[in-house]
Amino acid sequence: MSRTRLAVGLVLLAAAVLFPALVTLPYPRDVLIRIFLFATLAQAWNILAGYCGQISLGHAIFFGTGAYAAGMFVAKDIASPWVAMVVGAVIAVALSQVIGAPVFRLRGHYFAIATIAVGEIVHILAVNWELIGAARGLYIPIKRPDSLVNFQFHQSKAVYYYIVLGLLLLGLGVTRLIERSRLGYYFRAVREEQDAAASLGVAVARTKRMAFAISAALTAMCGTFYAQYVLFIDPESVLPLSLSILICLVAVLGGVGTLWGPLIGAAVLIPLGEATRIYVGGTGKALDLVIYGALIMVVSVAQPAGLVGIARRLRRAA
Amino acid sequence: MSLLEVAGLTKHFGGVVANREVSFSVAPGELVGVIGPNGAGKSTLFDLITGFQRPDAGVVRLDGHDVTRRRPDEISRRGVARTFQKLRPFAGMTALENVMVGAFQKTADVAEAREVARRALASVGLGERADAHAQGLSTGQRKRLELARALATSPRLLLLDEVTGGVDQATIPGLVRLVRELHAGGLALVVIEHNMRVIMEISQRIVALQLGQVIADAPPAEIVRDRRVIDAYLGESWR
Repeated sequence: MSRTRLAVGLVLLAAAVLFPALVTLPYPRDVLIRIFLFATLAQAWNILAGYCGQISLGHAIFFGTGAYAAGMFVAKDIASPWVAMVVGAVIAVALSQVIGAPVFRLRGHYFAIATIAVGEIVHILAVNWELIGAARGLYIPIKRPDSLVNFQFHQSKAVYYYIVLGLLLLGLGVTRLIERSRLGYYFRAVREEQDAAASLGVAVARTKRMAFAISAALTAMCGTFYAQYVLFIDPESVLPLSLSILICLVAVLGGVGTLWGPLIGAAVLIPLGEATRIYVGGTGKALDLVIYGALIMVVSVAQPAGLVGIARRLRRAA
Repeated sequence: MSLLEVAGLTKHFGGVVANREVSFSVAPGELVGVIGPNGAGKSTLFDLITGFQRPDAGVVRLDGHDVTRRRPDEISRRGVARTFQKLRPFAGMTALENVMVGAFQKTADVAEAREVARRALASVGLGERADAHAQGLSTGQRKRLELARALATSPRLLLLDEVTGGVDQATIPGLVRLVRELHAGGLALVVIEHNMRVIMEISQRIVALQLGQVIADAPPAEIVRDRRVIDAYLGESWR
């Protein structure tokens, strides 16, 4: 890494760490929390789809798994949400392997379509599963006092902010590690030409399953965070197809298969979503969604490599 | 003992017989050519040996061990590397990164893999192009790249599907020299090739296929006199 890059990174990290001290209003903090949450989700998706080339449109399954793990653990007083975060991640990994076994037999678009189907099946199951609150959802009981053990903070969003920042750094760190390891090369080889990869000794199915497992675990951890942050979950908020698509859009807008793409995508898309919702969302004409959709179309047509691709092109031109 | 032994290999695609009772063997360090008209089943044979297709009948043995239903990656790890007739570079990766994927078979260490890959690229004459993206390489360079990638796995047996196919005349001598050097270094090779001058020149033995069947298996000097091979493939001009 060049010195300039390192300096920019450190400044950004310092700014991110100092932000809650400088901005105490809850709303900007909430926007930042959502940016970091979606950046982490998109990064998790990026590991499977961007690096390993397996486009999943069913990632809400794992987000929901993490969220419901927290919901059930806290509602039934089984254990701390932190334990739920680990258990949720483990269940998500197991689920990813069960789903992956048949679905990874499909390639390309067929794989993506199959993940939509599996996502919808899980969604419908959750809507009808009484044990987890069915369509009514789950309220996560409020615990006092505010504490890390309880993973609930009602006085200030600052701790939530730092937790999700930690998740984001974890996502970036894991991705960086993968990029620089044999696994990262294998992921990209499978993405580019899986038969050629196999001919060189890459166990293709195992490599895909590995990408799916890492991606699912990280996504589930975000789900647990969401449940503890919002304190209410239902199938419509943690398992819908629209969530799976949004995760994918953030990564696509920022740049798939790149380290910083998901964060950049989230930093643009989440505030844009907020702005369009605030300024044109009340017109009843869904204008906010139109603007949102148009932007995605422009980026995917003009520069499929996303904002990171545009930045690279500008830098080369300069 | 043979390094590779193929016995009674048969493969149907619907009503089409791609390979019928194909049998031959390759000794360590031997260079065997495979010839035959289009559709004779040459590439299918490679796919069957390397696990990309499963035979309907027959056996593939490596060092006497049955590997017939092994996956491609398992066969690769047993020391069999291959190239594809239709080039399959990792287009979005640099030449060096392409070859590193092969090198990772023997090591998980990135620096070591990079070193092995650099040597493999240099050995095929692509050392200067290490940092170029695979999609920016010419067809001849891509052929060399695939060769380097296969070599980086340190194979004992290399299957080459059309070494000179699709490359310009000026590039052919270099590729042929490369194959000769690999053979001289002790590597066993099976080479599918349409350029008769090339295949006759480099092969110690030639297996001729027609309609999925072996019609001859002999040294080049005998192959050119074989009536069935002349009728099926070579034509009278080779006599």
